Amino acid sequence: MSISAFDALIAADQKIEHQDQMPDGYRESLIRQIAQHAHSEIMGMQPEAAWIGRAPSLARKAVLIAKVQDEAGHGLYLYAVAETLGARREDLLDALHEGRQKYLSFINYPTLTWADVGALAWLTDGAAVVNQVSLCRTSYGPYARALVRICREESFHHRQGFDLLLALSRGTPEQRRELQEAVERWWWPALAMFGPADSRSTHSASSMAWRIKRASNDELRQRFVDLCVPQAEALGVRLPDPALRWNAERGHHDFTPPDYDELMRVVAGDGPRNRQRLAHRRRAHEEGAWVREAAAAHAAKQAARQSAATGALEDTAQEALAQEIDAVEEEWPLWEVFVRPRRGLGHTHAGSLRAPDAAVALHSARDLYTRREEGVSLWVVPSRSMTSSDPDLKDAYFAPAADKQYRHASSFPPPEGVEGL
Amino acid sequence: MTALFDYLLGLGDDALVAAQRTAEWCARAPQLEEEVALANVALDQLGQARAFLTYAADLEGAGRDEDALAFLRDEHEFRNVQLVELPNGDFATTVAKTLLLAAYQNLLYTRLAQVAEPRLAGIAAKAAKESAFHVSYASVWTVRLGDGTPLSHRRMRDAVEEVWPYTHELFEPWAAPEAGLDPAALRGPWLEVVGRVLGEATLTRPPDGWAATGGRAGRHTEWFGPLLAEMQYVHRAHVGARW
Repeated sequence: MSISAFDALIAADQKIEHQDQMPDGYRESLIRQIAQHAHSEIMGMQPEAAWIGRAPSLARKAVLIAKVQDEAGHGLYLYAVAETLGARREDLLDALHEGRQKYLSFINYPTLTWADVGALAWLTDGAAVVNQVSLCRTSYGPYARALVRICREESFHHRQGFDLLLALSRGTPEQRRELQEAVERWWWPALAMFGPADSRSTHSASSMAWRIKRASNDELRQRFVDLCVPQAEALGVRLPDPALRWNAERGHHDFTPPDYDELMRVVAGDGPRNRQRLAHRRRAHEEGAWVREAAAAHAAKQAARQSAATGALEDTAQEALAQEIDAVEEEWPLWEVFVRPRRGLGHTHAGSLRAPDAAVALHSARDLYTRREEGVSLWVVPSRSMTSSDPDLKDAYFAPAADKQYRHASSFPPPEGVEGL
Repeated sequence: MTALFDYLLGLGDDALVAAQRTAEWCARAPQLEEEVALANVALDQLGQARAFLTYAADLEGAGRDEDALAFLRDEHEFRNVQLVELPNGDFATTVAKTLLLAAYQNLLYTRLAQVAEPRLAGIAAKAAKESAFHVSYASVWTVRLGDGTPLSHRRMRDAVEEVWPYTHELFEPWAAPEAGLDPAALRGPWLEVVGRVLGEATLTRPPDGWAATGGRAGRHTEWFGPLLAEMQYVHRAHVGARW
């Protein structure tokens, strides 16, 4: 497939798939955006995970664990999408840990009270849903499919946040005070989530042209404010913007934009919690290194034991095996996951994950792709074992089937009154 | 209160404290895939805790609910074994705790699923499936760490040795007539399951020496107070509030 074919697909609002040829800029923009999205999911676990131990009811504790777990899951779906573009997860994590790639700025603000857990979810997950619903129509197929799954799960995050706040709004004066203060803290970071004003955004124009993004920062921010106002009324909270009012002429609310200079500073690393969040993330990664290495070493030993059991190997095969063992020690290999949704249906591709061996891959696939009752059976296949048809031969393979209508029964309408055909 | 109430508290508290500890891994697991896996274990444990504690509260009929039992009891009123209170330590210690607890819970729940008391049997039947997966998950990791690198082998061995003395409490006499079960009878099958996994992990079963005891009677480790302090303080700071 040529670049002009790429342009034609974009113009026709068709999806781009991972083997298609694409302009370097398109690939780079996608990797940058998907990596930032994935990083935001896994960094965003921290301000909420800090409250799991203190959740004031068992029901809320369960919801919060499930939400933080989903964020790890979303990170995994998204890193898997980036892998389809040739970006390895390990490299993206390095870029995050070294500060070369960014994540959403709101994560660098503190969660001071239980009400902050609700306000964060209501406002920032609400903003994320507005953003991602628009992104579900993105031109890159694997990203669009991951987003459909993510959006479904994010709406649970958004709603449970509102529900948590609703309980506070009906509670004691002290609970209502914490609610009001938390909403005041989270309103501005949530507004800033849509990025700089369109006039200042550096990547927006090309992302819009390539249909990676489908709506501008300012359009989405306006949509978010309009959605929040009646919800805030239902909660009985005051949004901290004196300029916020309905503009009948525009059919939208007027509002004060967030402080874009602050946004730029926090994105650049100078916010209230940037240093701690990144240090925490780096520490978890470094402290986990021995576990990842141990699993890879066991997988390599198992492979060696199996090949020893099947008889002496040729020298070349020994060498290939040694290379494979080296490769596995650097990074767990990629596996494709197929799920049978229910008895009677076939297994369908759900996504991918990294695992040192088949047993771990099956466990992870179960937790990652079936935790909402999505399946009754799983297949995991090493990604390198998949063989796929060549996208350049798409027409040679599939176009010739198009003009053979005679293969279809519908080409032979039976005469009226004749039955059993 | 009845023996069954006390028994349900023991089952519920084991699961609750295990959930509280496991969930401490959120946002610090050694790999993203393990974030999802550990959270699943915590959620299963928490679900079991809620089912047992709600049943206990209903049985008591004194207007308490799962939250009153979880957040408003003091240390000495908790009936969990000390094993679940132990700090998480490194990933190997958590894997060891999970394996040794889940192997016991799976045997226990499988038997409780057969008792005549329908509500207890129902909760146990569901919990047995969950703990079967926990056994599988923890076994996979015990083997990988035990058979992995020299460093991981040492850490897995140390973890099993550290946790082992706390497993004896699981098999002390403790029962309700409705459960009709002597925990001591579970130790044989438990050793079989655990021994098989340790063997595959190139580890040996530690010798039986000092044995922790007292959790079922409300005597806990010095780590338990701080755990409860964190778990309970928001709930207790807002007297009578609803969440």
